[in-house]
Amino acid sequence: MAEADHGHRCGRTDETMTNFILRRLGQSIILLLIMSVLVFAGMYVISDPVAVMAGEDATEADRQALARSFGLDQPLPIQYLTFLGKIVQGDFGTSFVYGRPVLALIFERLPATLEVVFLAILVGLAVGIPLGIYSGLNRKKAPTKVISFGTTVGYSIPNFWQALLFILVFAVWLRVLPASGRGPTTEIFGVGWSVFNAEGLRYVILPAANLAVALICMQTRLARSGTQEVMYQDYMMFARAKGIARSRLIGRHLLRNILIPIVTITGLELGTLIAFSTVTETVFSWPGIGKLLLDSIYRSDRPVVVAYMILATLMFVLINLVADIIYAILDPRIRYS
Amino acid sequence: MSETTFESSAGRFDRFRAVFAGYPAAVAGLIGIVLFSLIALFAPVLAPQDPFDQSRLDIMDGLLPPMSTLMDGTLSVLGTDAVGRDILSAVMYGMRTSLFVALVSVGAGVAVGVVLGLVAVMRGGWIDAVIMRTADLTLSFPGVLLALLLLVVFGSGADKVILALAIGIWAQNARLVRAVGLSEMKKDYIAAARLAGIGQLRIMFHFLLPNAISPVLVIVPMAISGAIVAEATLSFLGVGVPITEPSLGLLISNGNDYLLSGRWWISVAPGLVLVMMVLSINVVADRLRDHANPYLQART
Repeated sequence: MAEADHGHRCGRTDETMTNFILRRLGQSIILLLIMSVLVFAGMYVISDPVAVMAGEDATEADRQALARSFGLDQPLPIQYLTFLGKIVQGDFGTSFVYGRPVLALIFERLPATLEVVFLAILVGLAVGIPLGIYSGLNRKKAPTKVISFGTTVGYSIPNFWQALLFILVFAVWLRVLPASGRGPTTEIFGVGWSVFNAEGLRYVILPAANLAVALICMQTRLARSGTQEVMYQDYMMFARAKGIARSRLIGRHLLRNILIPIVTITGLELGTLIAFSTVTETVFSWPGIGKLLLDSIYRSDRPVVVAYMILATLMFVLINLVADIIYAILDPRIRYS
Repeated sequence: MSETTFESSAGRFDRFRAVFAGYPAAVAGLIGIVLFSLIALFAPVLAPQDPFDQSRLDIMDGLLPPMSTLMDGTLSVLGTDAVGRDILSAVMYGMRTSLFVALVSVGAGVAVGVVLGLVAVMRGGWIDAVIMRTADLTLSFPGVLLALLLLVVFGSGADKVILALAIGIWAQNARLVRAVGLSEMKKDYIAAARLAGIGQLRIMFHFLLPNAISPVLVIVPMAISGAIVAEATLSFLGVGVPITEPSLGLLISNGNDYLLSGRWWISVAPGLVLVMMVLSINVVADRLRDHANPYLQART
């Protein structure tokens, strides 16, 4: 997107589009390679995994055997190439703590994270859009001022502290919802889901609500500014002049037009949400990939942390790539030469 | 900024007042910022107890609820933690750490970002490309996750937290300065300065900087509140500042262990102060942003 200000214009031909996609793809791959070097170098600086695994009273021979079995006795460039080669084949190594393939570990935990994140997005959309539309249509009314101040407060409450308040109020004082863990799940298509389990649903409420607060604030603001924008467009004026019922005006013409930016921005925020679920999962002991990351950091479980970093980079690079390509399709000026 | 602004200090004050007049929430935010800064600055004088002086702490005072009296007769308005530390005093000292880390990291991040943004504008070519692609790389990660992963590599400590946060902050500023700087470069005064034979460095800092800095100044308050929250989050997760200089985040984390047993005050008090601090800055930041963008102001 930063390229837009170069201002070079290209024709609206398929060839420039292909070129643009190829160039962005190339940039993304270079970015991933740079990140892989940084991650590898960074992780090597942290701690000596042999010392961590062998413990205090290991002999020198033990250490060497251990280093050999994990390939840690090789020169660094060789270790890096081996590391890169394995990653490309989808082999992120074996967890020092769990003794199992890292990728399997992460994919096992992924549904729990996705479940909370998507539930939070749904709640955010369901609450935020009506609040935003109301504020946009009734700018001078008192509830709008309350909503507006509410979003500022919501933005200002740190995620982790808000999670603690939820636990304090709903689990300690009112005793209506469990404070931590995932509870029972119902298996559908081989994956366990909490939302389809009456008891499990109680466990997912607090973590999802915790993530949803920031989303509600964001979507309220987006829907409000979108509503203000769309209501003054000529087609809305025309629809109003034609005497279309207010409910139809809002439900059909307004909603359809403000939904596109809201959904786009929410999609772009998906990565941020998955990242933020690290905090939520840690506070609520929710067994997703965020908690796995922090547990692995505390236990110096290097392969897991490395895999998380690489996969997170891959995810963010992909999200940016897709967003750039969509923007380039929509706005030909971006396809610079 | 003396090159471009020729107003007296009184004129500046009037302009400052005009931004906030009629916006009670923003004024309250300003008062809050001043108040919290003063408390943080004078914590050693104001705090009823020195929370770091181990010899003054009495284990018998441990986990007392708010409004209890300590063994030495002082009143503990907000209660005590497990080692008998007065929460109010700990919060006052914690604000110092939180504010210090946030201000230094934002200061460093903004300075580096502005200079790199200006260099990108002045030099262009591959230097521009390298700077901006690096900015893209840092911006593709959400701030807290980037800082968390950097701290895994750096290890914890206040200096490392500052470094990790500054790395997250510079990129946004570099982008902003570059965008504004590119349009400024096309203007006549830059061409005139070049024709007059003024050196690159002087053009960069005396001509370009004052004219490209205002959008950065608008986002600085938001960056500070963001850094306060990020530091608190990192310290809460246990990868931030060390236990010897607890920030608000670490104080909240300490209270976390006692939450389920109903001893809420250890976490709630530092958390409330944290929220009030961030909220004060955010309402001021919102006002500054709306003021800088009259289009939005007219609509809301």
